[in-house]
Amino acid sequence: MSRKFIRNDGRKPEELRRPYKIKLGVVPRANGSALVQSGKTIVMAAVYGPKKVIPKHLEDQEKAILRCRYNMITFSVKDRKKPGPDKRSAEISKLIENALSNVVMLEEYPRTAIDIYLEVIQADAGTRVAALTAASLALADAGIAMKDLIPSTAAGRVNGHIVLDLNKEEEDVEDAIDLPFAYIPSTKEVVLLQMDGIADIEEIEEIIEMAKKGCDKIYEMQIKAIKEKYGSYLEE
Amino acid sequence: MITHTAMEFIKKKLCEGERLDDRKLKEYREIVIERGVGENAEGSARVKIGQTEVIAGIKMQVGEPFKDTPNEGILITSAEFMPFSSSEVEPGPPTVDEIELGRVIDRGIREGKVIDLEKLCIVEGEKVWTIFVDIYLVNDDGNMYDASSLAVMNALMDVKIPKLDENYEIIEGEFNGKLPIRHKVVSLTAYKVGNVIFYDPNAKEEEVVDARLTAGIRDDGKIVSLQKGMEGSFKYDEIIPTLRELKERGLEFIGKYVQ
Repeated sequence: MSRKFIRNDGRKPEELRRPYKIKLGVVPRANGSALVQSGKTIVMAAVYGPKKVIPKHLEDQEKAILRCRYNMITFSVKDRKKPGPDKRSAEISKLIENALSNVVMLEEYPRTAIDIYLEVIQADAGTRVAALTAASLALADAGIAMKDLIPSTAAGRVNGHIVLDLNKEEEDVEDAIDLPFAYIPSTKEVVLLQMDGIADIEEIEEIIEMAKKGCDKIYEMQIKAIKEKYGSYLEE
Repeated sequence: MITHTAMEFIKKKLCEGERLDDRKLKEYREIVIERGVGENAEGSARVKIGQTEVIAGIKMQVGEPFKDTPNEGILITSAEFMPFSSSEVEPGPPTVDEIELGRVIDRGIREGKVIDLEKLCIVEGEKVWTIFVDIYLVNDDGNMYDASSLAVMNALMDVKIPKLDENYEIIEGEFNGKLPIRHKVVSLTAYKVGNVIFYDPNAKEEEVVDARLTAGIRDDGKIVSLQKGMEGSFKYDEIIPTLRELKERGLEFIGKYVQ
């Protein structure tokens, strides 16, 4: 792999997009919220709960139910997106819900619901991973008991180079591989893993290694954001 | 539904490397493939893995291409659990489980470039073939992902393309060759419970599964899609060894079941 390879936006292969920004409390009305921006991709997450379950029959006597809705707003993409859920958003919502259920301590909140709303404001690839990164932050911001945060990013192959955090132009390259990934740093459990594209196992090994390193960088930023907002509580 | 006690028992057995039906952890049940199960479909297949049964059918229609791919045919995949396939299914609009199954199988076919979609262009920018791939779960005794993938690949290979008249209407009963298939792909799944990775669960075993990992394996040994499904996780260090196993099994299955 050539070290000199420079990407269409000037990044090195192992670099996250610039800016990579995390902001907490972006929806003051919600119990917790966060915004994640990776280059031109912007996602907001907000949490309501633990709250009463409606409809009541969905209630679980032993734990909270986690409900996640991922949505792209109509002008988040070049061609206006038809409002409302579609198959892609249903799948992504479920995958994010599954990933989060590994860290949220649902047994602490029996007979309640925790709702997580994820809105893609601007899409330039990597919206599901930005959404998952934002979701775990919004949950933490809501003060919900969690075992860890979940950092998430994608890695892949563009024009024969293994790269981190693909933008849309890179993702659309013929022969590109895109591998959305998330893991729990404290346990090394992989909680999101998908891939599109044609790859050898050796390449996949390199790609997930790069994705993991990217997650480690994002994890540091997540912790920093939490400490900045809540540091004074943590010290007490 | 099975009882909590039964679940604990099945889980304990699996974690000790044993299964209810005495199979080994990596052993599949008998697989039976049959093509041509619906006369009105352009192609179809039935796959049984043990008592799990899936039928897949292909319908072809002349339609308009997408604006960004004016010279390519269109592939649309969906999956439905028949209401009698298990006691858990309620009739109604597609559930997220049905959507996920359809999308995972679709990704294997699409990303693996199984069909040469450019050869399904009739008039550039105006008329192309739309291929509807429909998956029906008939009886759910576990591992519907692998059964669906084998059914779809066999149904695609069973397709006879209808002949068109000068107005691009389908001529009943006349055909114009097979689908332009470039590669064969099967999507196979590894299942995890506790610290054990195993294959081909039956419905009872599936109740205790924590996570699954499905990979699309192409006839040239490439991996063309991945999906970690369900709530649980795979350890970071388990991913690559699992992919190697899936690849080996995938190539074996393509040779055995997709001819």
